[in-house]
Amino acid sequence: MSAGHPMQLDSLFGDYPLDRAFDEMREANGELRPQYRALAETLASLPADELQRRKQSADLSFLTQGITFTVYGRDEGTERIFPYDLLPRIITGPEWDRIERGLTQRITALNLFLRDVYSDAKILAERIVPRELVYSCKHYRRQMRGLQVPRNVYIAVVGSDLLRLNTGEFVVLEDNLRVPSGVSYMLTNRRVMKRTFPQLFSSYGVRPIEHYSQLLLATLRSLAPEGRPEPNIVLLTPGVFNSAYFEHTYLARQMGIDLVEGRDLVTHDNVVYMRTTDGLKRVDVIYRRVDDDFSDPLVFRGDSSLGCAGLFNAYRAGNVTVTNALGTGLADDKAVYAYVPRMIRYYLDEDPILPNVETYLLSDDKERQHVLANLDKLVVKAVGESGGYGMLIGPQSTARQREEFARQIQANPRNYIAQPTLDFSRAPCLIGKRLEPRHVDLRPYVLFGDKVNIVPGGLTRVALDKGSLVVNSSQGGGSKDTWILE
Amino acid sequence: MLSRVADSLYWMSRYLERAENTSRQLDVTMSLLLDTGGANVERRWEHLLASLGKPDGIEWNGSHEAMARALVFDDESPISIMFCVNGARENARQVREEISSEQWQRLNRLFHHIHSPHAQTQFTSSINETLSSIVDGIHLFQGVGDSTMIHGQGWQFIRLGRYLERAYATATMLEVYQTELFNAQERENSGYQYLEQVGLLRCCTAFEGYCQVYTADILPDRILEFLLLNRDFPHAIRYCVECIRTSIDSIQRTGGRRSPEDLTAGVGRLHAMLGFTTIGEILGGDTGAFLHNIREQCLRIHELIYRYYVHYSIQSALAV
Repeated sequence: MSAGHPMQLDSLFGDYPLDRAFDEMREANGELRPQYRALAETLASLPADELQRRKQSADLSFLTQGITFTVYGRDEGTERIFPYDLLPRIITGPEWDRIERGLTQRITALNLFLRDVYSDAKILAERIVPRELVYSCKHYRRQMRGLQVPRNVYIAVVGSDLLRLNTGEFVVLEDNLRVPSGVSYMLTNRRVMKRTFPQLFSSYGVRPIEHYSQLLLATLRSLAPEGRPEPNIVLLTPGVFNSAYFEHTYLARQMGIDLVEGRDLVTHDNVVYMRTTDGLKRVDVIYRRVDDDFSDPLVFRGDSSLGCAGLFNAYRAGNVTVTNALGTGLADDKAVYAYVPRMIRYYLDEDPILPNVETYLLSDDKERQHVLANLDKLVVKAVGESGGYGMLIGPQSTARQREEFARQIQANPRNYIAQPTLDFSRAPCLIGKRLEPRHVDLRPYVLFGDKVNIVPGGLTRVALDKGSLVVNSSQGGGSKDTWILE
Repeated sequence: MLSRVADSLYWMSRYLERAENTSRQLDVTMSLLLDTGGANVERRWEHLLASLGKPDGIEWNGSHEAMARALVFDDESPISIMFCVNGARENARQVREEISSEQWQRLNRLFHHIHSPHAQTQFTSSINETLSSIVDGIHLFQGVGDSTMIHGQGWQFIRLGRYLERAYATATMLEVYQTELFNAQERENSGYQYLEQVGLLRCCTAFEGYCQVYTADILPDRILEFLLLNRDFPHAIRYCVECIRTSIDSIQRTGGRRSPEDLTAGVGRLHAMLGFTTIGEILGGDTGAFLHNIREQCLRIHELIYRYYVHYSIQSALAV
């Protein structure tokens, strides 16, 4: 086919395979889902090379804007762009409503759980969640016991990962309650998308997400300590070598707040200040993108230079808000995750709207035996890890890797969980000149200040390697713009 | 503004000014070497190095090309262009949210240019082209900065860095060359002498400016007067000090809880010294000492800027 002629749908799709997994664009019988029809028609009407040209121009725009992330384990400070797939992932209004209600319910329950565990611990006393599970979690912070956090909000910024199963139903794979990242890609993807397919975009009635930064700022402001009507809000970054440094600078600029490093902060009489050219300026709210362990060398890791000595005492005294609160990693521990449906019933007396993925706890003898016998079919994950590290994908593993994991599981069963290998949904991606299906997840961003706020959208991450189930940016993943329809 | 951010912006700017200074002085030296052939080669390189602040580790080694290459590409030497551009970019990278995207892109381009294999080939074929492409890159960055950045405190710290570096570097250069400039008067004025004097002006891109003020009559006392005391020429020390003064005033106006009395006094003193001294008085006294004194006052101003805005003690800040 020569340039200038519109592509036919057939040649664009080629032998686009459909199987058991849910396809975001096509029904099991091959028909296009209604919400994808206009997109497919537009693609088919473009001249053959036009799609490639738009892809190149989108890539270039990411590069010159310096929208990059840093890869660990290679040369220090290697910057790469996060691969971007041109085609949007489209979610209908009713589907989104369910996600929104489900996440609101879930985050509310998780927040109540954190408050409970760090105060009266009733849920443990009533043996809904086992005591030893909580107290053996490496992200449990004893120092948080009895500490009153503003508005009782522990998790102001959340990014939960959802998958769509072959029934079409969304399930929660994990909750990221510590320092979830990626929201800057959600926002920049949208900006690039509007430039790439302006007419298509406006014809679709996509719900806007651009006000995220403003909502985040309002959320942070709502958590300011009492008596600070004009709070000084800052974003605390580990610095230029952190993989999400771009995002930190982006959010700080979008919100118009200062981006500080630990060395910019000092505490005096339990008040946190930052060093400015006009002298010391009091800090009221810290949106921290530094892990618990590194936040205060006097209380946590003494060798950390990324935090601020004395920060925790100022926090305890109620003179500064640190958000997310410390110790929230407890509730996104992958073994504690298995109890979230029970938490929802316990605290809210409701049935969970978004189900969990079936999870085996390996500290249970029976479940462990079952898992060890079926390692080749299951996915095993270390409970405190994220970013796709510390994971065994049974069907894609070698006998050697399985032996290694079996040994580690027996040595420390509390440290692992297992889940069935999920056949989660796939969406069409532009691979070469054709559309091919790739596995996708969805990370919506939840904000929790005076109420729960979810911008309609999220980051759709794509496992760009054929057949791959890992969507993490550190492991060959890419992303797509996500359209939520009115 | 955060002290760390002010510090990074200030040094980003100083480093780029330093890179530009090295580029121009090296360019002039290389072109004078063409005219004067083998005469006084060693002394010429010694003067250049002294004028760049006598860096450790670089000495005349008998090869023009090796010397020039070191001054451009040796990333261990603090006066080399490569070192300075790296330093500027590293500082800029830490304050990405403060500078405009256009500024970042220009600086990034300059950085990638000087690290590219193309820069090496270009250097081998024409040193002059390499140097002028670097100076162009720096000018672009400065122009883009002036037209895209908010002219708030951050921009004022960029200006402070630029003009303090420039005043100091010009004073150093004049101190190194002034003896010969006047000794030469006793000898017969030759074509070579003219080239030397024009070279000195060109080190500060001052030749055309000079001609507009004094015509092409190149005289040593007028050169000194122009580079020291002219109030309108951006490379003249008096002009630089005036910019430093207005920048500090502006920083004080926009923030200013504490009044930096020593700092305003220090800048005011230097400003007055340059504003109310005639070239006759300077030449009548010890010219070298006068220039040296300017350098010391610049160092003092730098220290005071750091004491007031960056490295102030927490106790004194709490006491306010």
